[in-house]
Amino acid sequence: MTDPRFDGPGPDAAWEDLLGQGVFAVQFCGNCGIAQFPPGVVCRHCGGTDLVFQAASGEGTVYSTTTVRSREGGRNVAVVQLAEGPRMMSRVEGDPETVTIGLAVVARISGDETPVVVFDRKEQA
Amino acid sequence: MTVLLRGKIAIAGTGNTRRWYAPGRSAFEQLAEASVLALEDCGLGLKDVDALYCAHSTSGLPVLNIAERLGLGPRLRHADGTMVGGASFLFHLRSAMSALAAGQCDVALVCYGSNQASAGGKLVPMPDPQPYEEPYGARYPLSSYALAAARHMHEYGTTREHLAHVALAARQWSKLNPDARERGDLSLDEVLSARMISDPLTKADSCLVTDGGAAVVLTRADMARDLKRMPVHVLGTGIAVSHRQIAAMPDLARSAAHQSGAAALQAAGVSLTDIDHVMVYDAFTICTLLFLEDLGFCAKGEGGPFVASGAISPGGSLPVNTNGGGLSCNHPGMYGLFTLIESVEQLRGTAGARQIEGAKISLAHANGGVLSSQATAILGTPDTV
Ligand SMILES: [Zn+2]
Repeated sequence: MTDPRFDGPGPDAAWEDLLGQGVFAVQFCGNCGIAQFPPGVVCRHCGGTDLVFQAASGEGTVYSTTTVRSREGGRNVAVVQLAEGPRMMSRVEGDPETVTIGLAVVARISGDETPVVVFDRKEQA
Repeated sequence: MTVLLRGKIAIAGTGNTRRWYAPGRSAFEQLAEASVLALEDCGLGLKDVDALYCAHSTSGLPVLNIAERLGLGPRLRHADGTMVGGASFLFHLRSAMSALAAGQCDVALVCYGSNQASAGGKLVPMPDPQPYEEPYGARYPLSSYALAAARHMHEYGTTREHLAHVALAARQWSKLNPDARERGDLSLDEVLSARMISDPLTKADSCLVTDGGAAVVLTRADMARDLKRMPVHVLGTGIAVSHRQIAAMPDLARSAAHQSGAAALQAAGVSLTDIDHVMVYDAFTICTLLFLEDLGFCAKGEGGPFVASGAISPGGSLPVNTNGGGLSCNHPGMYGLFTLIESVEQLRGTAGARQIEGAKISLAHANGGVLSSQATAILGTPDTV
């Protein structure tokens, strides 16, 4: 007899499936209310297992940022603090030289074949 | 229940191949050579080893590979292949101490080898996919450290010049170490104008890529007393595990070294002012700043001005990374064990031109992953026990 709380596709697959449907989701804990990303089987804050995906607001600010240099030029890699609380690695679109810590950004799903969450500057979105 | 281990376990022997570029010698061969050297150093042999501790960047089964190659298998009574990156060997030290103290083994070998430089692009690291970071093309591990450095600059006003002074201090020390890989002159301008890889970190902010092998032999202190070399006692250790991916680090400007350091100091029963010599794993210049702050050697956020004042350079108030560190001495993939080896060198008084006069207590600190794991060990001469 398996435990029905863990039935169905796991949180990684469920998150990817939502992303494919155009939804950038984070998990909310039914026990302590905290939002978490990346998704997991347990709440990393309280250990609870009652986690539900909800669409993220998409609002965030740049917590830290770097420009990765190569012969082709620079590209941004940032850690974005989501309005819901968790942080994630992502990229801020546009000129990498003007991405600064504290910049307000908005999430967008980019790419059809392999969708990824990227961020635009809020004032341009 | 707390078992008091202070001083009960000692580093009896050390081995260092000092082969930073050795084409044709495999990682396991570097490790085997270092193990032989460490055992000979204290007058023991492979037949005496009954506990094995190792981690490897290209093998997920290091204990099995190494036990077979060194012929240790039949006699092993304890083993630990914990892999937390470059700090693994200080985790191993802590694990071996418990096993030795409990009588589960008598002679423990902690060992490592790498041919990262001479093998060039032929090395295939163990797979460890990170699907939530992979799409963004960060350079691993450098961009993760760059993100920490950028945040430290933002919060505390740390500058690229501050970081550069870490590299300059390391080079001043390596000039005093005939075994260091890089010993040439280095100027502030050269560091600042080095190729930018992932802002704000340049090539000059990054550790070397070398080959190398290292090993230490641990025994209970009563046995170590009767061996060839002066025992270096382990006064205290502490470990901390923080995250795997950099975005999951709770505070990018503060590492978990504050936990491992506090635990080690408490176990050792010493305070920071008792420490004569310090080794911190400098994979990148920002690491030295973070660890000096988080271990408490300067106030949080003041690592930059502290280092730029010359405090950690030869002649400064706090000798740090006296072998030249990962930045200027050697960095064979995972460097953690080399921090212990230089601490032992200094406490034995055999460090030559870079010897810290009268050093009795040394702190060695290692980091793994992307500021992910932290481990601190405090070592002392016999009269500190
Ligand atoms: Zn919870």
